[in-house]
Amino acid sequence: MFNPESESMPVPKLKELQLERLKWSVRHAYENNAVYQRKFDAAGFHPDQLKTLDDLRRVPFLTKHEMREASPFGLFATPMKDVVRVHSSSGTTGNATVVGYTRNDIDTWATLIARCLSACGATEEDLVQVAYGYGLFTGGLGLHYGVEKLGATAVPISGGNTDRQLMLIRDYGTTMLACTPSYAINMIDFAAKQMPDFDFRKTKLRRGIFGAEPWTEAMRKEIETRMGIEAFDIYGLSEVMGPGVSNECSAKQGLHVFEDHFLVEIIDPETGEVLPEGSTGEIVYTSLTKEACPVIRYRSRDITRTYRDVCSCGRTHIKMDKVTGRSDDMLIIRGVNVFPSQIETILMEIEGVEPHYQIIVDRKGTMDDIEVMVEVEEAIFSDELKVMNALRDRITNRFRSVLGISAKVTLAEPSSIARSQGKAQRVIDKRR
Amino acid sequence: MKITQLSVFLENKPGRLQEILRILAGASINLQTLTIAEVTDFGILRLIVDRPDDAYQALKAEHVTCSRTEVLAVALDDSPGALYRLMEAFSKRELNVEYMYAYANPAQASSIMIFRFDNLDAAQTALLEEGIQLVPRSEIHDK
Repeated sequence: MFNPESESMPVPKLKELQLERLKWSVRHAYENNAVYQRKFDAAGFHPDQLKTLDDLRRVPFLTKHEMREASPFGLFATPMKDVVRVHSSSGTTGNATVVGYTRNDIDTWATLIARCLSACGATEEDLVQVAYGYGLFTGGLGLHYGVEKLGATAVPISGGNTDRQLMLIRDYGTTMLACTPSYAINMIDFAAKQMPDFDFRKTKLRRGIFGAEPWTEAMRKEIETRMGIEAFDIYGLSEVMGPGVSNECSAKQGLHVFEDHFLVEIIDPETGEVLPEGSTGEIVYTSLTKEACPVIRYRSRDITRTYRDVCSCGRTHIKMDKVTGRSDDMLIIRGVNVFPSQIETILMEIEGVEPHYQIIVDRKGTMDDIEVMVEVEEAIFSDELKVMNALRDRITNRFRSVLGISAKVTLAEPSSIARSQGKAQRVIDKRR
Repeated sequence: MKITQLSVFLENKPGRLQEILRILAGASINLQTLTIAEVTDFGILRLIVDRPDDAYQALKAEHVTCSRTEVLAVALDDSPGALYRLMEAFSKRELNVEYMYAYANPAQASSIMIFRFDNLDAAQTALLEEGIQLVPRSEIHDK
């Protein structure tokens, strides 16, 4: 554990700390930012009214839309002279939002990433290849500073250049890989095709920390088996800080949210009502220590569940499930809610199908049409039409029984779906 | 005596067959015959070539999904009823043909029929017992 005292703090003491920090954070936002002040005033809320953690419910939510409206610097609560860095969200679902960090914010972030790395078993002996993109995206620099904070060695290769990535893993003796899960699978495929003498199991690679997009247990199994490593999930969102908001521990059952820096609530995404611990819903974040860009009740649109258990790792911080989808990435097809991650799980379950797929949604007249393109690799290829048709039928039937929708399944050649070097474009929605 | 057939997965869109032929031409592969089995959106191209292993490697190197399949080749006289008598031998033995196609044998005045059976070994034994001549590998493949 990187910060044993904070990470294994008894829950009552943790809540005391949260209340003390929440009071500061809410007041800081109100007193130093015009947008928050207007919002709180309009809702008839004043920071003086915040006496208990539950009083947070009286504070209005902050939406992604409001963050975009305030872009670039409208939600900053410190003068620009104190802001030492900005990052921007990847803008997957709309315009990018810009976030700022003070020197203290950068240090907190690095500390939290160091906790994440440590939770994956990393020590200062590790050589961590950071294959997240460096730049405005929070992944690369976020991980980089955490690696240095931990005292491990950072290999700042950034994303892309897959042949070079593999050479460094082999030649430098990289022990830990940090990238998106889809890029890890991309590396595995690339090695299998282009470098037949490259064997991950003969390298020193032992662990990986993967995040920035939802991924499934089936993908974890594939990465772990084919790379011969332990794969951990790191979660975060740039609006709240970047990666390192929560991370899996050795138990690999849920991600601990760093509660001394973030307070989480689960709400019903339709009504905004706060749900009890243990419920599934949209997770809402409040930063407790951020200076430049405090977020108060930020609606993440990420769907998950939070709960407390006695974790074998010794951490007391609340856990969240792997995010199963985003309420705004959620596809509504003929009235049925579909998460891309569900489609991925189905494909992974069907033996031999690698997770190279693309979902294309379109509207013909008033009917939604969903097509799933699945790449045919040699492992599932047969020279008999009836076998290929049976494979397609099996996938189609699984979609119908699991998702409750009929999808057109198209078998595609390996080159026809663009390979990702960062976030995979899994969904093309032509209805928008 | 089994023959090696190359099977290639093809999306049904313009230029795909041409692309496969380009790769094979680049590797100096000579085609004996080819056939395509297709449904609406994809097809399976089946090829008999002089150097199947080289052709397979060349296609693999370009990320084409393909495989090698064992088939049997039978020479047929250029006379009425030749195919009928052959099929009669199959049905007597209850041999199920998965698919078949034919091409003219340039060396002699005959055709070569390519057969894929669900149980290839049983089919081969049965054909030999019926006294049906299989075309040897050396007549079709260079190596």
